[in-house]
Amino acid sequence: MLHSSIDRVAHATPPAVAQRIRGLSDRAIAWIFVAPSIVLLLAINIFPLIWTIRLSFTNFRVNRPNEPVQFVGLRNYLNILTDEDIWLTMQATAHFLIWTIVLQVLIGFSLAYLINKKFRGNDLWTTLIVLPMMLSPAVVGNFWTFLYQPQIGLFNYAVGFLTGADPSSFSMIGDTSLAPWAIIIVDTWMWTPFVMLICLAGLRSIPNSIYEAAECDRASNWRQFWTITIPMVLPFLMLAILFRGIENFKMFDLVVQLTGGGPGSITELTSINLKREAFEKWRTGYASAYAVILFVTVFGLASIYVKALNKVKQR
Amino acid sequence: MSSYSVTEPSARQKWFAGTLVVLYAVITILPLLWIIGTSFKSPSDAIAYPPKTFFQPTLEGYVNLFTTRTRVTEEQLKQMGEPTTWYDRLVRKDGLIIAGPSRFTERFYNSVIIGFGSTVLCIVLGTAAAYAFSRFKVPLKDDLLFFILSTRMMPPIAVAIPIFLMFRSLGLNDTHAGMILLYTAVNLSLSVWLLKGFIDEIPIEYEEAALIDGYTRFQAFYKVVLPQAATGIASTAIFCLIFAWNEYAFAVLLTSGTAQTAPPFIPTIIGVGGQDWPAVAAGATLFLVPVMVFTILLRKHLLRGITFGAVRK
Repeated sequence: MLHSSIDRVAHATPPAVAQRIRGLSDRAIAWIFVAPSIVLLLAINIFPLIWTIRLSFTNFRVNRPNEPVQFVGLRNYLNILTDEDIWLTMQATAHFLIWTIVLQVLIGFSLAYLINKKFRGNDLWTTLIVLPMMLSPAVVGNFWTFLYQPQIGLFNYAVGFLTGADPSSFSMIGDTSLAPWAIIIVDTWMWTPFVMLICLAGLRSIPNSIYEAAECDRASNWRQFWTITIPMVLPFLMLAILFRGIENFKMFDLVVQLTGGGPGSITELTSINLKREAFEKWRTGYASAYAVILFVTVFGLASIYVKALNKVKQR
Repeated sequence: MSSYSVTEPSARQKWFAGTLVVLYAVITILPLLWIIGTSFKSPSDAIAYPPKTFFQPTLEGYVNLFTTRTRVTEEQLKQMGEPTTWYDRLVRKDGLIIAGPSRFTERFYNSVIIGFGSTVLCIVLGTAAAYAFSRFKVPLKDDLLFFILSTRMMPPIAVAIPIFLMFRSLGLNDTHAGMILLYTAVNLSLSVWLLKGFIDEIPIEYEEAALIDGYTRFQAFYKVVLPQAATGIASTAIFCLIFAWNEYAFAVLLTSGTAQTAPPFIPTIIGVGGQDWPAVAAGATLFLVPVMVFTILLRKHLLRGITFGAVRK
């Protein structure tokens, strides 16, 4: 624990001066500085969360404020956990989550590995690659529906050009078997740079001396890669996966603009499904229970994962 | 002695790596160039097959973005006499006249107000909290810091229901003030964590020296710490601004008429018979290009910002 600097200074100065330095006590200043942030977060994050939990035990509906609100116990939770459609939604989310992470890790790591070869102009190209990540997912997602148009869309044209298929013969967002991949492609396009940047930091953190030592021991390149590069980058990679996992579990804006959950409900991820229950069907109590389940899931999975991450870091 | 090094990649390796990375960069940047290109196309060029790479540039998309238009008959058009401005001329070519301004300017303006408002608030609150966490013994410090971070894990839709109810009863629904407060709360975790990292890096001895010179704590904070943290504060501010600028879920649920920002608005731009892609692209270009410029300016601090300060180069 850091020794409070003001105490160190106060000890080293005569009592009269020390008194003047202290003025407001450190403790008072600390509270004045921290309190506004905590109050705001309590008001806009924690208070609504508690309200959500309370609503989740009722049959309240926002669009029928005059109806008596009944306490229904755990019925909302039971209904959700036994609902087939919600399990399909969860499956769609899992499919999206797993594939985006796999693709982004593979492509992101490869790019970082290549950029770390320090070819001329690598900074410039890295900056260009990073651009999609910082843009508005809703605006970009909306424009991708244009790129995905059969015939006139650039994506279909490029695929047709490369494979010889007719660009108007397939519709990425209209076809039930292609739509899940349409959202994975756009998410991967957008967020691969994120994984790449973190991997690059990991690769650059490995001291050259380790490779030099391995070279002296006549370790092959292949062996150096698996026994030095991968283990040293692993904590960074796991951090990237944590961030992408949390973000994509919450995924809403990009997919809502791309497919709106369709066709049918094939790309209806949990957030989109939840929005439908809460703001289209107005089943507020039910949607609140749904929200609580999602939050507990994210929080639980993230905590387990962070424990694993800390173990890897300690090794 | 040659300058051979086991860790320096060979020229052939560099060439190979460079080619692959450049190829990826070109492919990944293509959709963005396509947005900018489409904004300068005429509606018929935008939906041409095969997709047109070279075309006669026109500002029709931008004119359509900023105006609403109505169709008039040939005679009416003749009666009105010569068009007075270049944009009048542009729309009359299609038998239309400009009926009035569109709502894009308002939406863009809302994005600016809410983005900057929440950023300023976020930086003020965040700097104070980060300084206290960095320098003082705050009780339960680690728990509080984790609590601040955990607010980021909540899916926006999950807290949107009670926020919607709360804002409705406080009269904050669809107002600038409500959205500024909300975005400040959303970005506060980022601002506190990032700024704490930046302030941690400022040697504590500077302040101790200032305190011995007779500065009070507040003076030391203002005159010593803030100038030292200026770069960190600036890049944190840009991150907050970009995230508020891009936010969609809360904006689409909690705003409709007066305070709606650009992201929910741009996808709803509809022309005659389907989406007016050049106008959508024009809106997207005006909305995205500032972020691209900021990203390039920020590139040194990018990694730190996106990982909440967890990874520092």
